[in-house]
Amino acid sequence: MTDTSHSSAVPTSSLYAHDARTKKRNAAEARFKAYGMVAIAIGLIMLVTLMVTIFGKGLGAFQQTFITMNVELLESKLDKSGTRDLEKIKKVSTFGYAPIIKGAFQTTVDAEGIETALKTKDMAKLLSKSAASQLRDFVIENPDKIGTTVEFRFLANSRVDGYLKGRVTRDSIANDKNITSAQLDFVDQLRAAGVLFKTFNIDFIIGADASDQRPEAAGIGVAMMGSLFMMLVVLALALPIGVAASMYLEEFAPQNIWTDIIEVNISNLAAVPSIVFGILGLAVFINYMHLPQSAPLVGGLVLTLMTLPTIIISTRASLKSVPPSIRDAALGVGASKMQSVFHHVLPLAAPGILTGTIIGLAQALGETAPLLLIGMIGFIASNAPTSIGEGLLSPNSAMPAQIYEWAKRADPAFYERAWGGIIILLLFLVTMNTIAVILRRRFERRW
Amino acid sequence: MNDNHIVSSFDRELEQIQAHIMKMGGLVEEAILDASKSLKNRDEELAEQVRNADKAIDALEELINDECIKLIALRSPAAVDLRVALSVMKISGNLERIGDYAKNMAKRTSVLVHMTPVEGARGALRRMAREVQLMLKDALDAYIQRDVELAHDILARDHDIDQMYNALFREFLTFMMEDPRYITPCMHLHFIAKNTERMGDHVTSIAEQVIYLVTGSMPDDIRPKDDHYKPELHIAD
Amino acid sequence: MYDAPSLGAQVEQQDIKISAKKVQVYYGDTHAIKDVDIEIESKTVTAFIGPSGCGKSTFLRCLNRMNDTIDICRVEGDIILDGEDIYDKKVDPVQLRAKVGMVFQKPNPFPKSIYDNIAYGPRIHGLAKSKADLDEIVEKSLRRGAIWNEVKDRLHAPGTGLSGGQQQRLCIARAIATEPEVLLMDEPCSALDPIATAQVEELIDELRNQYSVVIVTHSMQQAARVSQKTAFFHLGHLVEYGATGNIFTTPQDERTESYITGRIG
Repeated sequence: MTDTSHSSAVPTSSLYAHDARTKKRNAAEARFKAYGMVAIAIGLIMLVTLMVTIFGKGLGAFQQTFITMNVELLESKLDKSGTRDLEKIKKVSTFGYAPIIKGAFQTTVDAEGIETALKTKDMAKLLSKSAASQLRDFVIENPDKIGTTVEFRFLANSRVDGYLKGRVTRDSIANDKNITSAQLDFVDQLRAAGVLFKTFNIDFIIGADASDQRPEAAGIGVAMMGSLFMMLVVLALALPIGVAASMYLEEFAPQNIWTDIIEVNISNLAAVPSIVFGILGLAVFINYMHLPQSAPLVGGLVLTLMTLPTIIISTRASLKSVPPSIRDAALGVGASKMQSVFHHVLPLAAPGILTGTIIGLAQALGETAPLLLIGMIGFIASNAPTSIGEGLLSPNSAMPAQIYEWAKRADPAFYERAWGGIIILLLFLVTMNTIAVILRRRFERRW
Repeated sequence: MNDNHIVSSFDRELEQIQAHIMKMGGLVEEAILDASKSLKNRDEELAEQVRNADKAIDALEELINDECIKLIALRSPAAVDLRVALSVMKISGNLERIGDYAKNMAKRTSVLVHMTPVEGARGALRRMAREVQLMLKDALDAYIQRDVELAHDILARDHDIDQMYNALFREFLTFMMEDPRYITPCMHLHFIAKNTERMGDHVTSIAEQVIYLVTGSMPDDIRPKDDHYKPELHIAD
Repeated sequence: MYDAPSLGAQVEQQDIKISAKKVQVYYGDTHAIKDVDIEIESKTVTAFIGPSGCGKSTFLRCLNRMNDTIDICRVEGDIILDGEDIYDKKVDPVQLRAKVGMVFQKPNPFPKSIYDNIAYGPRIHGLAKSKADLDEIVEKSLRRGAIWNEVKDRLHAPGTGLSGGQQQRLCIARAIATEPEVLLMDEPCSALDPIATAQVEELIDELRNQYSVVIVTHSMQQAARVSQKTAFFHLGHLVEYGATGNIFTTPQDERTESYITGRIG
């Protein structure tokens, strides 16, 4: 009944020859791909430029110029009583140390056989203004060393440091009262003798900020602690509040005008400029609730407010992405709504929630504007906090605010430190994003 | 109810099968008429034709069976479609049997041509065959039109055929008792009458299929039994 | 002639398990189920058939109040399970669902081990007093789910790693682990291949000895194969309800006939 003929029919149009329409479509597709590649290329070039700039300008901050000298800690000057009583040793001010350092400098120069016309006073100017306090701190920590001769590494002046890093040249010091050409000659001699050298500077990473006059002593460590404590506050508050809120909205709340309004407002909050949260924090937490100014606790609260919408939105998205069949399955075997959410939905949404939280934290970590308003900025030279309570309540700065502060200062030596701080901040962010990716990979399960 | 399937090729297949049944029915009607005509006119040539025509009927039955099997296997018919497929198979079987009886009548005609004619009987047989043929035509019409009333009417008419057969039976018995020379032709004629009566039964069966097809159930009292039938005269099928 | 049993007569008369009277379901303004009266028997497989959107799944989900999770869904009328109105205010839907289990269209094992999939229901309902009890329940359920032999060596492998048919039987085993009295199945074979479908159908037939099974299916052949009673839904109405044998050979309603013979979608 069926009469299928198997004779090959002549095709109406050959598949080998492209018609005009096909050619046009292919050309359009090729063009579109080209646009995409150009866009990505531009992006990559920008990124590389950014990275080269940041690392080019910032890596210098991780190195510092030091001068090593043998210092004779004269008992006659530092502990006249000879009792090694710490209270008495502490009474000797940094002025008391200055002659010791000068003497040590002269001795070193003589020992190395360096010939110079500089006076000892001018030599000592090559050292950082914090050299005396450096030595004092050392002595107070090691009173038993009094009376002996120790090899001590002093920070060099930021001009000297700049000279070694190429920032300061003989031309640029023409109008500089802080350093002379003769001193630079002396620096070259010291360097040749191995007394003065440039090396890795851990103090930049762990140390505290320093005054305008001593950029060589400034570090970002304390600000890092400030950021860390703020993140702790944000994590402790934003994660539970955000997850609870989104779980209620997504799983339990009835769909009505009120939940719609709340939803819209959460989305709007996510778009509110961070400075607004800063003003809010200033008005509510500091002026009304009288929480301490500049404290990481307040900073953390402000950043929590800012991070919450992000966490809620990402948590709701990941709750939504859990297939409804899982909920059905749980309800089908007689689980209650809450059991189905806590036993099945939440574990499946966990990677998404964690990722969202970490992204939110990373955002908060890089935030500067609201911190300016609550005073978490400025010169905080205190040492690292010793307890969590102190960490939360004592005035501190935060990494981005510290960077901003340095960038503001006049001495170009601080400018280098600002870039260095940015590198550390970036490393933090990259680490957090890596953790987010790893967590997502780790917890991701197929269903 | 919408008459057309969503899959239109299903409709075409069902129509095809039913067209084949109608064609087969036409051939069978013709065979009955021709066979009875050849008997009446002692026309051996026509009888031969009837015997040959049966091959076409058998072939059609086979074709219909194949088509039905394919339909059931491939389309999984349900409800009315299933009943169409089943009734078609049964009807084709019935038609084939009727065709065989017509052929048998023609075969006996070829023998009877060479014997002394039995007066009167041939006319009655012709009338009986004619009646059966009409019933068959009506049954097929009832099938096509899904006409349950007509089908019930056919069931009732089968009673007449039975009566005609009984009358003929008695007549042949009388002939044979009168003159033993009539025994052979009368036996043949009796078989023809019996076969014609059987044809009627098959037509009835077709009518029942029509009722089943339309209503989904077989008629409650299957065929009115003839109470006047004398037991000793009841000849087993 | 002898008296042949009618096609419907092979169904033994069973007790009524669920009886629905004048059930109406609304989705917002849409009247999804209109005036449905049905009596579902125990130890019987009842199939709901009908074109898409006819309300069969909706009605099925009324039977264990799964529709409660949809805010805009409203159910009126009475659905009586063993003499108790399941929509009564005093009824906790969670308790009801333990009694009326459900298997879904897509196999949806929890992304946990096979053992935990089965053990979950008994755990939350406190059916097992000890680990040994639980082990026993798991084994019994898997055996009744006709999947024990395939998974007994890998009870702690993830349930999502099984094939589609095995997953669905796992889901059935999970549903019967809580000892329900009624098992609702919403197109349980629509995602399965014919072999897996046959295995599930065989399982459904065995389950009939203990449970009242209600199955929604798009495959009329499946309804014909597994069920004793069939209900045809059309545009929210229960058009016809009767013995499967009768529905598929001699339906009384023209709409049923049109549907099962493929004349309307």
